[in-house]
Amino acid sequence: MNMRLPRLRLRRAAPVLPLLLALALALPAPAGAGVFDPARFTLDNGLEVVVVTDRRAPVVSHMLWYKVGAADEPPGKSGIAHFLEHLMFKGTDTLGPGEASRLIARIGGEEGAFTSHDYTAFHQTVAPDRLDTVMEIEADRMANLRLSPEEVAAERDVILEERRTRTDNSDAARLYEQVGAAMFLAYPYRVPVIGWASEIARLGLEDAMAFYRRWYGPDNAILVVAGDIGAGEALALARKHYGPVPRRGVAPRARVEEPPQIAPRRLSMESAQAGQARWSRRYLAPSHAWGRSELAYPLEALAEILGGGTTSRLYRALVVEGGIAVSAGCWYGPGRLGPTTFGFYGSPAEGRTVAEVEAAIDAEIARVLADGVAPAELDAAKTRLRRSAVFARDSVTAPARIVGAALASGRSLEELEAWPERIAAVTAADVAEAAREAFRLERSVTVALLPGAAP
Amino acid sequence: MRGARAARGLAAVLALLALLAARAPACAFEIVPVVSPGGIAAWLVEDRKNPIVTIEANFAGGARTDPPGKAGLAYLASGLLDEGAGEMDSAAFRRALEDDSISLSFRARLDGFSVSLATLTETSENAFRLLRLALAEPRFDAEPLARVRGQVLAGLRARREDPDRIAGRVWWKAAFPEHPYGRPRRGRPETLARIGPDDLRAFAARAFARDRMFVGVVGDIGPERLGRVLDETFGALPESAAAPEIADAAPALAGAVLAVRRPVPQSVAVFGHRGMKRDDPDWYAGQILFEILAGGFGSRLTREIREKRGLTYGVYAYPLPLDRAGLVLGGVSTVNARMAETVRLVRETWRDFGENGPTEREVRDAKDYIAGSYPLRFTDSAAIAGTLAAVQRAGLGIGYIDRRADLIEAVGMDDLRRAARRLFRADELTFAIVGEPEGVAATHPAPDPDS
Repeated sequence: MNMRLPRLRLRRAAPVLPLLLALALALPAPAGAGVFDPARFTLDNGLEVVVVTDRRAPVVSHMLWYKVGAADEPPGKSGIAHFLEHLMFKGTDTLGPGEASRLIARIGGEEGAFTSHDYTAFHQTVAPDRLDTVMEIEADRMANLRLSPEEVAAERDVILEERRTRTDNSDAARLYEQVGAAMFLAYPYRVPVIGWASEIARLGLEDAMAFYRRWYGPDNAILVVAGDIGAGEALALARKHYGPVPRRGVAPRARVEEPPQIAPRRLSMESAQAGQARWSRRYLAPSHAWGRSELAYPLEALAEILGGGTTSRLYRALVVEGGIAVSAGCWYGPGRLGPTTFGFYGSPAEGRTVAEVEAAIDAEIARVLADGVAPAELDAAKTRLRRSAVFARDSVTAPARIVGAALASGRSLEELEAWPERIAAVTAADVAEAAREAFRLERSVTVALLPGAAP
Repeated sequence: MRGARAARGLAAVLALLALLAARAPACAFEIVPVVSPGGIAAWLVEDRKNPIVTIEANFAGGARTDPPGKAGLAYLASGLLDEGAGEMDSAAFRRALEDDSISLSFRARLDGFSVSLATLTETSENAFRLLRLALAEPRFDAEPLARVRGQVLAGLRARREDPDRIAGRVWWKAAFPEHPYGRPRRGRPETLARIGPDDLRAFAARAFARDRMFVGVVGDIGPERLGRVLDETFGALPESAAAPEIADAAPALAGAVLAVRRPVPQSVAVFGHRGMKRDDPDWYAGQILFEILAGGFGSRLTREIREKRGLTYGVYAYPLPLDRAGLVLGGVSTVNARMAETVRLVRETWRDFGENGPTEREVRDAKDYIAGSYPLRFTDSAAIAGTLAAVQRAGLGIGYIDRRADLIEAVGMDDLRRAARRLFRADELTFAIVGEPEGVAATHPAPDPDS
């Protein structure tokens, strides 16, 4: 799933995608307690500030999230959100290109940025006494970005190379880009975050500056600070650096609606590059912020029952007992502002076919629809979700990422904090209802990647 | 107004940096060496904040000890150790792990085999028991063996035409045509087909000897309990075992260009030459030099190839200190039409850096970055436990994590210039390039990436 597009971590840092995906599924805490116990403030200019204090290591994670992503791009300008993310490293009225990165490196800091359909985030990890410096740098580029045509042209070539690396060099990645476009008839998740190559090639300085002026301001941003710092101290620094940045007057985002989907779609591609067949199906599904969002919690539990690990229904049925597939499972990512997907995947074993994989997964889906889930397996799944929470908090940076992504995707802190109770309250009847809501073929895309001749 | 304020602020920041730059940050945690009643050693960082215990155990050996004709043995074993042990078959073992949310994983590296365990305190006794069984009494039953081998083979098929894989494979095979380092870590279909339960059992019997084990432990456990746990978990392992040893080696080719044609829009290059082992006296000079050459934004390769010319999304280079060979490796990818230019720029940047060395400013920046960023790694249990095990394995001593910044700071300009001449040999760089690169002339035939 190419939901998020982490910038290349030139300085060492953990990859964003798997972490967020894993944690989006599982970020609870001991029953009764909040998940992260964040402190929250809003500055006069509209900047939301969230502080998660964790004194474990002398480290703070500083993340600035803009509530704008690739799904908010003007028509014909695909890729501009991600392009602007790159260009934010190119200097301001007072700092030359790359100078901010040099300053952050000199204080031992790690930095990076990433763009998704729903948000764009910039982050640094530093010792607590250097938070002042990174806030100064981040606040500066919130208001004072300065670009030159030469920098923009070179960076556009970098992004076209990034696209080749991530997508164009891989038949599988090219296919899944098309799958995204087939999944959504109108909703802008149909456009890849990095952009279509032909449109990237035409993006210029003025497109980037227009997008920047439209969306980048304190009244459209969330500052998350996590780690070895108290809420009062973090707030004072935020006031000092971000406080003077004037409001941008950002209008709320308005996205086109997804029309009713009435016909199942199927995509199949043969590829000389693909040595191993792969099958998947995605159903349109509610997210925490779209559709019947109360069903997101039972869907999370259902994903754990069907696809959580090697004792899950799908792995047992297809891989261990059936010998039909070498891998099988499912995924569900509820953390999106718009519609999301509940997906199934399987890859056939030697001598087996994608048709057999599809039939076996269809049988498991039919079983859930007919019989629901057993109370015992639901309880076990909820226990695993609850426990995985404790592991999620074994990190300074993960809470900042989870809190920021949730707020930038239309969730409230209250909902985030109530996650353990909401999961604990899921019943077998809730799961059955959620399955009936989500698993409807007319709202699905079925995909096969087959070894063979080049398309 | 805003700009003027920022300018003043940033000037102040720069002034402050000059004052603070030489400060060496201290290690934020205390490492306690623990020796169990039975004589098993581990390093412990006790941290009671979360009810989690994490163990990392490294065993020297790994894929380099795969017997000839059985490449992929260690890798296959890494997928089977948690698929049944002792009285428990695969289903029972997997159920025991997942019911208790125990994370147990194994990784076969070229030079070592690592074991990672993460468990909640409440389930930790069961976790330690499962770890003991996995190492000391693995079953390698027919069903999981067939299933996991099928998964490894499917993985090989899926990656077979991946340009990154082909470039790497061709480079390694050309560099080490007769040496275990040149064999594929994941094996090949025909070598995997030859591996049976007896091979796997022999692997487990020789791979997990205590005299080549290095253990790091982090979390909700004290020295006393850990002592008991070490004996219970690792006490059944042999004190030592005969293991095949391999000879020192150096890349067989120098200055070569190998090309493999594949119909992709972007060419992928892997390049490298001989380098340092971990005990090389120039190791710390090398850390500084690689930061300057390839450490990210503003580094020489990134500036020349990405920032100035937009030739690539990423160019990288790093030292790889294997036990039996020191290497320098790098990589870059660019549109087919510009690969020749990119190869030339890598060579020129490499040559200039080797001949003239770094500038004073580059050295100051790199030292500050290395010293300041090191403590930022230690923000989760797995990272800390992994470092504890790796530092022991490298024989660096318990004070190393605190001492590292001083070792970096102590390297002088003369040493850096000398080490740069020694480390960066533009004429020796061998490139393996996959794609349809224009204007790139191969100097040698490329080895078959699939045999």
